[in-house]
Amino acid sequence: MIKVEGIKKSFGEVEVLKGIDFVFEQGKTNLIIGRSGAGKTVLLKILVGLFAPTEGKVWYDDRDFHSMDKDALRELRMEVGMLFQGNALFDSMTVAENVRFPLDMFSNMSLSEKNERVNDCLSRVSLDGANDKFPSEISGGMQKRVGIARAIVYRPKYLFCDEPNSGLDPKTAITIDELIKDITVEQNITTVINTHDMNSVMEIGDKICFLDKGLIEWKGTRHEVMESENQNLNDFIFASPFLQRLKERAKK
Amino acid sequence: MYYKETIRQMYDIGIGSLPIVFIISIFIGAVTAQQFYYQLTGTAIPTYYIGYIVRDMMIIELAATITCLVLAGKVGSNMAAEIGGMRQKEHIDAMEIMGVNTSSYLILPKIIGAVFAIPVLVCIAAIVGIVGGYLASVPTGLYTEFDYVKGLRSFFNQRYVVMMFAKATVFAYLITTVSCYQGYFVKGGSVELGQASTRAVVLSCVAILIADYIIAVVLTS
Repeated sequence: MIKVEGIKKSFGEVEVLKGIDFVFEQGKTNLIIGRSGAGKTVLLKILVGLFAPTEGKVWYDDRDFHSMDKDALRELRMEVGMLFQGNALFDSMTVAENVRFPLDMFSNMSLSEKNERVNDCLSRVSLDGANDKFPSEISGGMQKRVGIARAIVYRPKYLFCDEPNSGLDPKTAITIDELIKDITVEQNITTVINTHDMNSVMEIGDKICFLDKGLIEWKGTRHEVMESENQNLNDFIFASPFLQRLKERAKK
Repeated sequence: MYYKETIRQMYDIGIGSLPIVFIISIFIGAVTAQQFYYQLTGTAIPTYYIGYIVRDMMIIELAATITCLVLAGKVGSNMAAEIGGMRQKEHIDAMEIMGVNTSSYLILPKIIGAVFAIPVLVCIAAIVGIVGGYLASVPTGLYTEFDYVKGLRSFFNQRYVVMMFAKATVFAYLITTVSCYQGYFVKGGSVELGQASTRAVVLSCVAILIADYIIAVVLTS
């Protein structure tokens, strides 16, 4: 479980986050949604420690993230996996080397144990046999899956995904969503996904936090989205005429 | 892991820069010999002084300074672009989230690699420059081999070699730190990456020239 309390973040004069309180629950896919510029990415970067909040606290279970000492922070890092929007795969390394990288850096496992773990992870994301390919030799969807495999290779307790569906065709996007959801349930981890993909909201949003102008405008589950009367949320979720018609039909 | 990365950097900087260092230093030695032969012709200064001048110029100044100015362009821009590219592609963020100390993983091997490889390159440059001076003068009949070798063996001061290595080590450190800093803190897109790469070269060159003067003052006073 990750809890944020009164998170504020300013860049110079601009206050991007104006006081966020939310609990990201274990074993669930927690979604942060909102328009571009709403502060989603800043909140995610605060959660993973790439930005420090101007005010407020982030709790990883009972650990205060931004006041931990170096050793405790390093230990916590071992429990965190992240899938980046652009995948952040190392171009000069093969798929297997990319996935093995966190193990090479920190684990005392033998090479054969590491390779076995890498093969397990690649198999979990349906990429058996892609070990020796370079990121430039595989498709965008496959790169995402390699990113997921790398994120879970250290068996994290917390998984963060920044726009996991960006740049993917709808079918591949659904596959990635399902994969993230399955891994979350299987490994009982706390997953936080930053997205503005409506399919993800409807399919895997166990818990949703809708950000608008640096504040939480609405929170609930995917089932509650359809019934919400929040105008801002409705304008955002059902922005396209097709989705508006769909909602009206569902109401009837 | 870091050990392997350091060895890779040493190889890239050292072996990768050998051809350019070789070409530059052989011509610098040749031009120095030719130019001083022209300047000294008709004066009372003995011809063998040319060997002595080529040797000392290469060891004291040209091998270290010119080699490192060239390496600031070749190695410095490469480092800034490599690290800057990693910053832009979120590779550095990814490593930090994994718990990797990115400055020590990405920058330290480059500094250590350069601090070991560049002095060796400078030493090679000095030797090749002296050979270049020989090739430009003896086979062309400007003066005899005896004169050139006599010059090389005259008035030798070991302190100059120490000075050469001191300069090479300091310059190597400056090239890598300035360039890595420019790459590590790059913001924006490809235009900014290009600017950072250019800044890395320009600032490294300026830093080398300032350090060159300071070392010269300190070690000769």
